[in-house]
Amino acid sequence: MHPAFSVIFLTTLIGAGQGLFLALYTSQVYSLFKLLPTQHMGLFYAVGALLAVLLLVAGLVASFFHLGHPERAWRAASQWRTSWLSREVIVLPVAMLFIALWGAAHYHDLTRPLFQAPGGTEVDLTLILGFIATIAAFALFICTGMIYASLKFLQEWHSPLTIINFILLGSASGFLTATTLSALLDTSLTHFYAGWALLFTVAGLVFRGASLIRNKRLRPKSDLRSAIGVRHTNMAQKAQGAMGGSFNTREFFHGKRDSFVRSIKYIFIVLAFVIPAALIIASFYRPGYLLPLLAFGIQYVGLIAERWYFFAEARHPQNLYYQSIA
Amino acid sequence: MTQLALVIDLNVCVGCHACVTSCKEWNTSGEAGPMTDKNPYGADPSGTFFNRVQTFEVGEFPCTETVHFPKSCLHCEDPPCVPVCPTGASYKRAEDGIVLVDYDKCIGCKYCSWACPYGARELDEKQKVMKKCTLCVDRIYDESLPESERKPACVMSCPTSARLFGDIHDPESEVSVAIREHGGYQLMPEWGTNPSNHYLPRRKTRIKIHEDELERVDNPLSKEERKRHVGPSEGPSIDDMASW
Repeated sequence: MHPAFSVIFLTTLIGAGQGLFLALYTSQVYSLFKLLPTQHMGLFYAVGALLAVLLLVAGLVASFFHLGHPERAWRAASQWRTSWLSREVIVLPVAMLFIALWGAAHYHDLTRPLFQAPGGTEVDLTLILGFIATIAAFALFICTGMIYASLKFLQEWHSPLTIINFILLGSASGFLTATTLSALLDTSLTHFYAGWALLFTVAGLVFRGASLIRNKRLRPKSDLRSAIGVRHTNMAQKAQGAMGGSFNTREFFHGKRDSFVRSIKYIFIVLAFVIPAALIIASFYRPGYLLPLLAFGIQYVGLIAERWYFFAEARHPQNLYYQSIA
Repeated sequence: MTQLALVIDLNVCVGCHACVTSCKEWNTSGEAGPMTDKNPYGADPSGTFFNRVQTFEVGEFPCTETVHFPKSCLHCEDPPCVPVCPTGASYKRAEDGIVLVDYDKCIGCKYCSWACPYGARELDEKQKVMKKCTLCVDRIYDESLPESERKPACVMSCPTSARLFGDIHDPESEVSVAIREHGGYQLMPEWGTNPSNHYLPRRKTRIKIHEDELERVDNPLSKEERKRHVGPSEGPSIDDMASW
């Protein structure tokens, strides 16, 4: 497939935004259960929520560049019964809304307990809003992943690993954003976020590695024999019906050398996983915002490479019909 | 239930591209607007087509065969491109099974083209909407045309009648009979899309002649037989040669 930068930015930016919110809410829940020292974090959460919403908005803006008719994009909410893309279009603004409401509730300090849950946990408005936003964030990960995983003949994508990796990589970059933000604003949660960011980065490496191995061993289900229905082991295309290429040659081929694609693979393994993990570990020993910020920046570049490779490695069966121009 | 479809006979197609040009002519002149061409006479021509004829070489020289392969939307009975459309612009008509795109609803997200294993959909570079074969839906129901002309433009133009058009759900239709009697097959059956368009395979006509059909074992006129019968009344008679 041809990697479109609009979609690469959409998926990486909203992944970071969702992950950032999940990081903030995780620490809120931890403090609720007294697993973290309780302190007044309202403003930090509000700033974090604002940043998460900005990331989601940036992703949404990027997605518009993918559309031929962005002015009709509102129509895309209509087919939620069948289309994962339509579901994403609905869930994305819902997630934005509840993350924003959660941040606003923290900003206005609406933390007076509304009722006591069984067990004595005090439930306030931020906890409820954050819970809804968490469901929306996970739903958004699933929708985004299923857009790709549901296409069964794109065998590289048609796997639960696609969704797992969207969740893990988005969370890694989101928790790393939270680490950076926490270090910048000098809160006590920096190490908490950094620990989780490290965990998600390592898990991301394991599961992304698993999908790389899986995809390497895939055997395409379709070949030229089933594509044109002629049974012979030796067949070659002599003409594809167009001399100068077509939508089919532009949209479904990355047009790069194999060596280039392979180098992107190694680049993303190093930039998205190895270096950030090393920097996070180093940040435990050297406090300050510089290392987390550097880790986040390098990992984000790595994730762009990862998403580029994700598209480039998918071989569409329609390519069987477009092997040779003349 | 009606399912309109094309049946394309690869044994008859000569690869003349008449179906391609007539398709383009009919559909670029219609109400839906032109099928845009970019640099049609330049170095890197590119344009929107609903139908293309591709050519494949089968076998190794000197035992090769050229297969011309017209390719257009197959109007799958279970089209994977339709449920993925976020706007409902892609739809399959209940009354005749034609898969269509509503150009006024399409947002040009290209997701349907990803979901089509056959590469049957093309984004129009100027109008920025997804386009595909309509089975000339604006022609086949046009009552101002004589009934014999209410067929897709490609079918009308094919000089060798390699393209048949009809309802594949009617077992007695021309297309169903052709599929049944000439081994019609579907493309990429492994994906369960159940394409409506069928292709008829290349067929060779060969006669099988056995050795004993060229030389009769009990030929009464053979040298050996004649030597055995030497007397006047013993020689081969007409009864030995004729079957009456």
